[in-house]
Amino acid sequence: MPPIGETSELERINQVIAEYGNNQSALIPVLQQVQEVYHYLPEEILTYVATALNLSPATVYGVATFYAQFSLEAKGKHVVRVCDGTACHVRGSTPVLNAIRKKVGLTAGMKTTGDRQFTVETVSCLGACGLAPAVVIDDRIYGQMTPEAVSIVLDELMKEVD
Amino acid sequence: MITTVQELNNRADLARKVLNQVRLRILVCAGTGCLANGSLEVYELLRDTVAALNENVEVVFDHEDSCQKTAIAVKHSGCHGFCEMGPLVRIEDPNSERHAGDGILYCKVRPEDVAEIVERTLQKGEVVDRLLYKHPVTGETYTYQGEIPFYAKQTRLSLANLGHIDPDDLGEYLAQDGYQAIAKALTDMTPADVINEMDASGLRGRGGAGFPTSRKWAAAAQESDPVKYVVCNGDEGDPGAFMDRSVMEGDPHRVIEGMMLAGYAIGASEGYIYVRAEYPLAVKRLRQAIKLAKDEGLLGNNIFGSSFSFEIHIKEGAGAFVCGEESALIASIEGERGMPRPKPPFPAQKGLWGKPTVINNVETLAAVPYIILRGADEFRKYGVPNSPGTKTFALTGEVANTGLIEVPMGLTLREVVYEIGGGVRGGREFKAVQIGGPSGGCLTKDHLDIPLDFDSLRSVGAMIGSGGLVVMHEGTCMVEVARYFMNFTQNESCGKCVTCREGTRRMLELEQKIVDGEGSLSDLELLEELAVVVQDGSLCGLGKTAPNPILTTMKYFRDEYLAHVEDHRCPAHVCQAMKSYFIIAEKCKGCSRCARVCPANAISGKVKEPYVIDQETCLRCGACVAACKFQAIEEVA
Repeated sequence: MPPIGETSELERINQVIAEYGNNQSALIPVLQQVQEVYHYLPEEILTYVATALNLSPATVYGVATFYAQFSLEAKGKHVVRVCDGTACHVRGSTPVLNAIRKKVGLTAGMKTTGDRQFTVETVSCLGACGLAPAVVIDDRIYGQMTPEAVSIVLDELMKEVD
Repeated sequence: MITTVQELNNRADLARKVLNQVRLRILVCAGTGCLANGSLEVYELLRDTVAALNENVEVVFDHEDSCQKTAIAVKHSGCHGFCEMGPLVRIEDPNSERHAGDGILYCKVRPEDVAEIVERTLQKGEVVDRLLYKHPVTGETYTYQGEIPFYAKQTRLSLANLGHIDPDDLGEYLAQDGYQAIAKALTDMTPADVINEMDASGLRGRGGAGFPTSRKWAAAAQESDPVKYVVCNGDEGDPGAFMDRSVMEGDPHRVIEGMMLAGYAIGASEGYIYVRAEYPLAVKRLRQAIKLAKDEGLLGNNIFGSSFSFEIHIKEGAGAFVCGEESALIASIEGERGMPRPKPPFPAQKGLWGKPTVINNVETLAAVPYIILRGADEFRKYGVPNSPGTKTFALTGEVANTGLIEVPMGLTLREVVYEIGGGVRGGREFKAVQIGGPSGGCLTKDHLDIPLDFDSLRSVGAMIGSGGLVVMHEGTCMVEVARYFMNFTQNESCGKCVTCREGTRRMLELEQKIVDGEGSLSDLELLEELAVVVQDGSLCGLGKTAPNPILTTMKYFRDEYLAHVEDHRCPAHVCQAMKSYFIIAEKCKGCSRCARVCPANAISGKVKEPYVIDQETCLRCGACVAACKFQAIEEVA
């Protein structure tokens, strides 16, 4: 993750703005790119985007907080997304989620571990219902998960962390 | 470049010729399900192994002499639909009559199976029996894909090319009469003819509401504004539905062609495809398809030398269920919070940037090329009079054959769940099916013979919705399922209407109270009352349909609700709060294992003597049951 406001990264965001044009319809694609760069939406950058697109910071903040994809908090190095769509839910996604949270050491209300290694969240449906319950770790899908199986996957990741 | 219909036909002929010259075609499923199960490794290994045999694996559609009779084409395809059995590998022999439109299907193929497939099937023409589909009940094996009961009952019109063509190869789509429908419309039909044909077909929107597609088109066509838009709704948000994803990933050119036909019919020259952020592969395949179509002149100015021009942009969603609602989707494309707007004016009058806009779901648009090319009468041969044609369903949950299917409208639920789906997984008893996602309803055993079409389902309080079918067995608590859906809609409510924003929250609280064993009879009354208010007072489909899961479960599973509120008992043994755990003294060896795992320190006793659980401190987490090696802990619901 680059430090906020580093010139080369602002360059990249400027390029995106140039590509999509500086009007409101560019806002969501621009925010998606910002999140791609920083893995979240830093407040300073939101103000920058607002100025560049001729929008009020409130409009940008409103859009950024509306959509589930955007995060205003920094995420961990590994993002674990547990699918809680209907198919996954009836096939037992809740025990899988609990096992993951316990494994990485998250207590109630926490989404990201203290060492910023893991962020655990749920998504409504990945459309991979044939694999239920499904878990996505850093964009790789793991299907037919059980608390035991996900624990093995996480063990591998934690080895890398060390 | 393809600038005339003649050139299109020439290219299609060439593509077909090249396809027929190939000795064998191997299609490895590259749908999301199979990819996650490792189909990419299978594909790469197959390609490399075949290449090592000095066989030509690449098929180029530009040159007639590009492949020899001995060539084996190794391709990756879109979703075959039979996700339960993935990774799937289909082998087609274009020179065999038996194979016409069919092929050998190998199931659950691992990289270690590749050598045997190459040696026995590709080189010696034998079948590898152990990789064939074996019926779990009868034990019968099936060599050809079309014979498998899962496929035999299906009619694949919109999904025809899925699993059959390589989505990244334009030539393969052309060989299947690709872009012939738009060619026919541009040369032989006026825009009004196209709308009339759609009207005759009776196609109803596949996104959920079932509104006649031709009516939307006719309304937009009437508008005099020179700028109009076609929007493809690929924001498939219903948990448990993945047909739009599969079509966009497996047959992207069909979606493009459908949009072009809509554009021609209403007089639009620009289109947007709004795809869910959770579907990166669909975005990638659509981008590639648009690029190929543009490069060939199939998209752009003066298509086939006519005055019709069309271009398509992709907009990625950012994760909001409500954006599946058309006016919210428009707001999202415009860069605003995705909130619905009051109608009228309808999008067909004032839509994207205030211009007349037609919004159709992916599956609806995918049906259009078939209707225009083959004619409305051909389409009406399938389905029932009020719901003609076919519908895709995503069959998931506790069903034996999970996957994506397409059947004529009007097939019964029993045929879908038992004959295609193979019944309930593990031979357990069927309890209910949730149809249409969070907007739909739960149906019971008594509804198994109901025909699946728009009007029949509405008459029992459910809806087809996008076509998610989640099967549940007897171990599912319907109260908990209703709570789950309420949690979903409560989370996804955009907050514009008070009844939806606050109503869904209050309904969720009541459901939670019941699931926690603290509900009362008056809570059930309050739930029913609230449901009506939320339905009546909400602007868009999200709020109007949010109470459906609760209303249908309360109607068809009232005894379960009563058991929860009157006896504080969960008949399905699911709701944690109503369970209690006891140690059976005779079985307990006093090993202290349970006491050590108990997070609440609720278990006490002396080593080598029976332990006891203190019911006051017990959290009902069940950790002790899992830890006990002597099955000495009993769960009582």
